[in-house]
Amino acid sequence: MSQQSTFAAGEAIPFVEYDAVSDEQLGFYIDSSICSGCKACQVSCQDNKQLDVGQRFRRVYEKAGGGFEMTEAGGFTNSVFAYTVSIACNHCDKPMCMRRCPTDAIHKREGDGIVRINTDTCIGCGNCAKSCPYKAPQMNPKTGKADKCDFCIDRLAQGQQPVCVKSCPLHAIEFGPISQLRKKYGELAEVNGLPTAKMTRPNLVIKPNRGALKKPEHAQLVKG
Amino acid sequence: APKADGQIPLAQDERIVHTCSTFDCGGKCDIRAHVRGNQLVRISTINDEAVDDDMPLMRACVRGRGYRRFVNHPDRLKYPMKRVGKRGEGKFERISWDEATSIIASESKRLAEQYGPSSRHIIEGTGAVTGALNGVEFAKRLFNLTGGFLHAHGNPSTVNAMIGTIFTYGENPLAGSSLETLRDSELIILWGHNPAETVFGNSNHFFQELKRAGKRIIVIDPRFSDSVAAYADEWIPLKPTSDSALVEAMAYVIFEEGLQNQSFIDKYSVGVSEASLPDGVPKGESMLAYLNGDKGGVKKTPEWAEPITGVPAATIRRLAREYAKAKPAALLMGWGPSRHYRGEHMTRSTAWLPVITGNVGVSGGSAGAWNAPAYLRFPVHPDNFENPVGHEISFTQLNQAIADYQSVGPHNGLQGAEKLDAPVKMVMCLGSNYLVNQNQNINKAAKILEDESKCELIVVSDLYMTPSAKYADILLPETSFAERWNFGFAWGFGDYVRVSEPLLKPEFERRSDYDWLLDVARKLGVEKQFGEGLDEHGWVKKCWTMMQETYPDENLPNWDGMLKKRTHLFKSGVKTVAYQPNIDDHDNQPFLTESGKIEIFSKALYDMQDPAIPALSHYQPSPESFADKSLSKEYPLQLITWKPANRANSTMYNNPWMQEVKRQELWINPIDAQARGIKDDQSVRVINGRGVIEIPAKVTPRIIPGTVGLANGAWRQLDKNGVDKGGCANTLSSDLQSPIGKGNANKTMLVEVSVA
Repeated sequence: MSQQSTFAAGEAIPFVEYDAVSDEQLGFYIDSSICSGCKACQVSCQDNKQLDVGQRFRRVYEKAGGGFEMTEAGGFTNSVFAYTVSIACNHCDKPMCMRRCPTDAIHKREGDGIVRINTDTCIGCGNCAKSCPYKAPQMNPKTGKADKCDFCIDRLAQGQQPVCVKSCPLHAIEFGPISQLRKKYGELAEVNGLPTAKMTRPNLVIKPNRGALKKPEHAQLVKG
Repeated sequence: APKADGQIPLAQDERIVHTCSTFDCGGKCDIRAHVRGNQLVRISTINDEAVDDDMPLMRACVRGRGYRRFVNHPDRLKYPMKRVGKRGEGKFERISWDEATSIIASESKRLAEQYGPSSRHIIEGTGAVTGALNGVEFAKRLFNLTGGFLHAHGNPSTVNAMIGTIFTYGENPLAGSSLETLRDSELIILWGHNPAETVFGNSNHFFQELKRAGKRIIVIDPRFSDSVAAYADEWIPLKPTSDSALVEAMAYVIFEEGLQNQSFIDKYSVGVSEASLPDGVPKGESMLAYLNGDKGGVKKTPEWAEPITGVPAATIRRLAREYAKAKPAALLMGWGPSRHYRGEHMTRSTAWLPVITGNVGVSGGSAGAWNAPAYLRFPVHPDNFENPVGHEISFTQLNQAIADYQSVGPHNGLQGAEKLDAPVKMVMCLGSNYLVNQNQNINKAAKILEDESKCELIVVSDLYMTPSAKYADILLPETSFAERWNFGFAWGFGDYVRVSEPLLKPEFERRSDYDWLLDVARKLGVEKQFGEGLDEHGWVKKCWTMMQETYPDENLPNWDGMLKKRTHLFKSGVKTVAYQPNIDDHDNQPFLTESGKIEIFSKALYDMQDPAIPALSHYQPSPESFADKSLSKEYPLQLITWKPANRANSTMYNNPWMQEVKRQELWINPIDAQARGIKDDQSVRVINGRGVIEIPAKVTPRIIPGTVGLANGAWRQLDKNGVDKGGCANTLSSDLQSPIGKGNANKTMLVEVSVA
């Protein structure tokens, strides 16, 4: 809501209900093939959501691998790859955070499928933050409550796009009904460095960086 | 609620101002500042619908998105202060503006009388330089009215690249074409060029477009930069400072396989073959003689270059063929590779490839050398009075001019005099962190500054207690770009000017440099001439009128019109190909060199008869590099730096959001880390004969073995043992000068790394 901007970083923002903004499940498309890892998305989200250091509703993970071998003549051949993936909340079909929430503060909305945390009824147990494989819910140390990406629902309610979508200098983030994004960009929702999509069924489509196709291994989230 | 360009739901009392920063930030973000009362509450940026295809401006980058925490920061200086401890200790007490300006006025007068006006110096840093108005320009005005000051020529950013290009292409060293010409390229090579992190005007708009269009992009860099991750089809890592050897081996292959453009070479260049050498030059000085080993006996084959560059011979052959056969091909040089001891010659070398393949003056090609746009326009600053002091030092000589002025002469960069007539006794450092942090070999520089008997007055104005501010005698709280009038420019590519206006009233006792300099001028009796009765807005309007006169073809609106328009795009630079007139109409528009041609061999350099200044620039092992056989025994790793995306040089270093974006850490390859028992995240000591840094290690294959890397611009933070816990690379850098222009060589350094 508009009064958000009166709150200093870290202060609790009263929970506001919104009507469904879509009849269909919404999701993000991330073009990791062009992501430079600049983190403008992360900072614009912090700026818009009035977040302090430590809370990052959108995060950028880096994965690097491969290595060097020295030639007999003293040169180097290499198989190095590196790429970044920007992740917020995937508003999963099977949200782990919701399953572990003892108070029903975390709920998945009818229609648009947005997973929200009601910060008024959140008791601050931290189960959601611990259970999400993507680390989307995060504890606010000042309020003692959890919060996370809500697709900028205040903006959606006014017909605007989430702030990250509008801030990426390389236009590598899109947003919309997930069925349309999958039709346009395919079904891929996991790359080397991210958790398996089988776990929570994220509403996420990724265009992989060429480096992401090197080794099909599933690791913990790499450094953000 | 009212809406801003359809971007963000607004509060009733929230207003949005289209503005920009005026510190030296490459992209000069399109900032839509959301203001309520006297608070900056949010930042948004240009709407996609407003983007102009002829000069497509980027959405604000990560730095711009974080401006709120730069402007609203609890650590900002609040009051004028005077040093109370020893110089450099960082102990100050609050004084009044009247006392501060009285001290500055009386001391600058006393020092000018006692030692001569040339004992006064102004540091030109990057804290405010991309605005039309800044403290440096006004301080020059004040000094010029009161006897003059010792000016410094050159700058640490591009002096070596510029000089190398002047000795190759002549007095027009802007060798870059506008970016949409890359749509005509068959192949693009980013050589030490990293726009994804430097944010180079609107470069990233074009590189993402080119990548999406399927253009082949190769990045040559010791580091797998973010530009490699985002844009490249191939990364070719090479050892830093070996660039010329890679050029030479590529040139060898191109001639060996007959892939050169002979008619282009014959018509436009000097020094490729023996026959084209200038009169009076002995045999064996040409590029071909050099490549064939006629002099020295070593053929410059890919096999010769492999151990020097680290690039396998087969890769060099393939790269050379690919480059020569792609017509046209663009070789785009970054500015970083030139900030080395041999940076001037490396810049000259990189012109070899476009010259022998005929890629100069062609849309989609590039001239190599200094990749600065041929159409570049600059802000018009307040007009100035003539400086009565006629001589100038190199910016690299300041410490020497303070500590030992008699050793300063033409041989190390003094221009306009045979020797200095006075030591530097007063330094004005306004919106700059060059005094200590961004200077070379800062432990040495700091020691010189600490001696209060040498430099007698240091005035610093800044937003924060920077490492340089700690060395102030008088420390003044400057306003930020969000608190004063200005207009600002981007660097390099993407040519536009934008209004910057006061969004907020200055809090506490913050004042702009112009404002307090006016007080000093009054106390020196020159207020009327200095200020012309104008306030800051009056000066902006005056400068804008001069802009209209300077760029008549652009039909700039008047200032009132500009306040409505906010951003003006200089579209007359669109589709500019550097040196195209000199190629297409060579007879009437020769190159601005002595020969009128591209000087691969430079008679002017030949006549200098200095072994460090070869007339045919070529690979020479650099002191303090991996090729320095004696020093590398003790310090076997070469340290490089780069400009990270999360700050502009050292500006914004202490913005907490930006610190969260990238931690200051030492990049080290797993091979080098393993040999030293270093694990990822572990704290390491980085050491050489000049200093010690202690920071976390990032063990990553993203850097070539034998080389370690630090992002530039971190603030020096000494502990009680003199260890820099901030990780400022200049704790380790040298104050060697580049041979021709006496510029900075502080990117060439050797270190050893161990577990802390």
